[in-house]
Amino acid sequence: MSHHLPHEAQDGPGPVRGPAVIVRLAAIGAVVLTAAAGFAYTGGWLTPGRLSPERVVDALEANNGQHPGFRRNHAKGICIAGTFTGNGAGPTLSKASVFAGAEVPVIGRLALAAGRPAVPDETSPVWSMALRFLPADGDEWRTGMNNIPVFPVRNVEEFAGFLAATRPDPATGKPDPAAVQAFLTAHPATAAALQTIKAAPPAASFATATYSGLNTFRFVNAEGEEAAVRWSMVPEQTETERPAPSGPNYLFDELIEAVGQGQLRWHLVVTLAGPGDVTADPTVAWPPDRQRVEVGTLTVASVEGEDTGSCRDVTFDPLVLPAGIEPADDPFPAARSAAYAEGLRRRDGEAKRPSAVQVSAVRAGESG
Amino acid sequence: MNARFTGMARLLHWLMAVLILTMLFIGVGMVSTVSARYQLLVGIHRPLGIAILVLAFIRLAWRLGHPPPPLPADLPAVQQALAKLSHYLLYFLMFALPLVGWGMLSAQDYPVQLWPGVHLPPILPASPMLYAVLRSAHGLLAYLFFATILAHLAAALMHGLVRRDRVFASMAP
Repeated sequence: MSHHLPHEAQDGPGPVRGPAVIVRLAAIGAVVLTAAAGFAYTGGWLTPGRLSPERVVDALEANNGQHPGFRRNHAKGICIAGTFTGNGAGPTLSKASVFAGAEVPVIGRLALAAGRPAVPDETSPVWSMALRFLPADGDEWRTGMNNIPVFPVRNVEEFAGFLAATRPDPATGKPDPAAVQAFLTAHPATAAALQTIKAAPPAASFATATYSGLNTFRFVNAEGEEAAVRWSMVPEQTETERPAPSGPNYLFDELIEAVGQGQLRWHLVVTLAGPGDVTADPTVAWPPDRQRVEVGTLTVASVEGEDTGSCRDVTFDPLVLPAGIEPADDPFPAARSAAYAEGLRRRDGEAKRPSAVQVSAVRAGESG
Repeated sequence: MNARFTGMARLLHWLMAVLILTMLFIGVGMVSTVSARYQLLVGIHRPLGIAILVLAFIRLAWRLGHPPPPLPADLPAVQQALAKLSHYLLYFLMFALPLVGWGMLSAQDYPVQLWPGVHLPPILPASPMLYAVLRSAHGLLAYLFFATILAHLAAALMHGLVRRDRVFASMAP
């Protein structure tokens, strides 16, 4: 007890008295308030106009409606599983263990890009392949790719603006053409990207589509040499006639049947940026003569519905990167990572509802 | 009995004060941004959290072996109790936040990467509902931590500037 140590208690000058107390209390209050204000500013509470992960996901929900339990975008999908085997060319570009040549388990997801989980397949021309490579050393790689050659916007601010401009009018269920046109006029990069996307021939099926990573990353090899790259999954399956829609899930039904008949394969092709190629703008395609290096083969051996499959609760977060793959100056991987985390936070707390895609129903229909 | 905290205790206190405040600002900043800063902030957040957890173990062990100087006897009982409670809370949060963060990444089936190529094992099974609960808890505990630190700071300044007893000096660098 301090009263046993009177010499210590008398060390200090003793309590402040009189008006000085008010001044000092005010100073303490100012220190605490300043710290709190700095915290609030950092958290974005003092700048409600700043784009946040919440606002991006809110914008998706505003366009697509509320579909609790489902992804806020790319909502209708199916789980896929298989392996990836490097062909020996990858390690010259990246030291990532996925390229070393061992057979790497892969789980993933094929989906429609639409944000509504029950859209008919024929209404969503954009499809995605998302993959999770799980090498034995734990140095996991996640990537999402789309069946389009470029992305329609240059950054997440434009993405939010694009969502606002294409928000369906509650009366008509369609976007206001004037708002869309105004956005395209103000954003010529988007207008050009949409032209490039429209000009690309659509694939007949999930199995015959090429899925491109759209964003630019940096590969780093064991010697420390760096290269700006984009990548694509190029199908081994030959293109067929696009079948007429036989039902709301005809693309998924066809995929389930195809995987039932045999494995599907894609080749992972890495494209190296040339001098002067833009790496920070996914609306711009690189020239077609850029060096392309095939680094391995993805084999999809099985599909499973999301209700029981291993892909539903995974964020295909583009910042889950192994040593040897790094973000570049493309702003999207960070924005996606932040927004996916917010989407996951929301849907993981919501009760799950059955996916529109039911593998067992398709298989039962085949055998019956 | 020495009227000051030991040099080791003061070193740990001020080192962790800097790290924890940095951590709280990084955390609240990274969940509110979609800018390129996000990847830098997340890249610091995970290893810094684990560093704070390791330091918390060292600090607790040191604290158990080296009792702090007593509070002034003339400090009202309510303030004595509040001081004690806030210190228990600060120690609890030093452990709880990194552990909840680690557990939350585990429940999300997300790699617990310290830096490229270096991972910690999961400490919980993958479970979406568990993730949702832990993710909410991580945020709420962080706000509680910041609020407790502000109260701690205000109390320390009261001791140093108004009461002018030996409490502030006992932990001053």
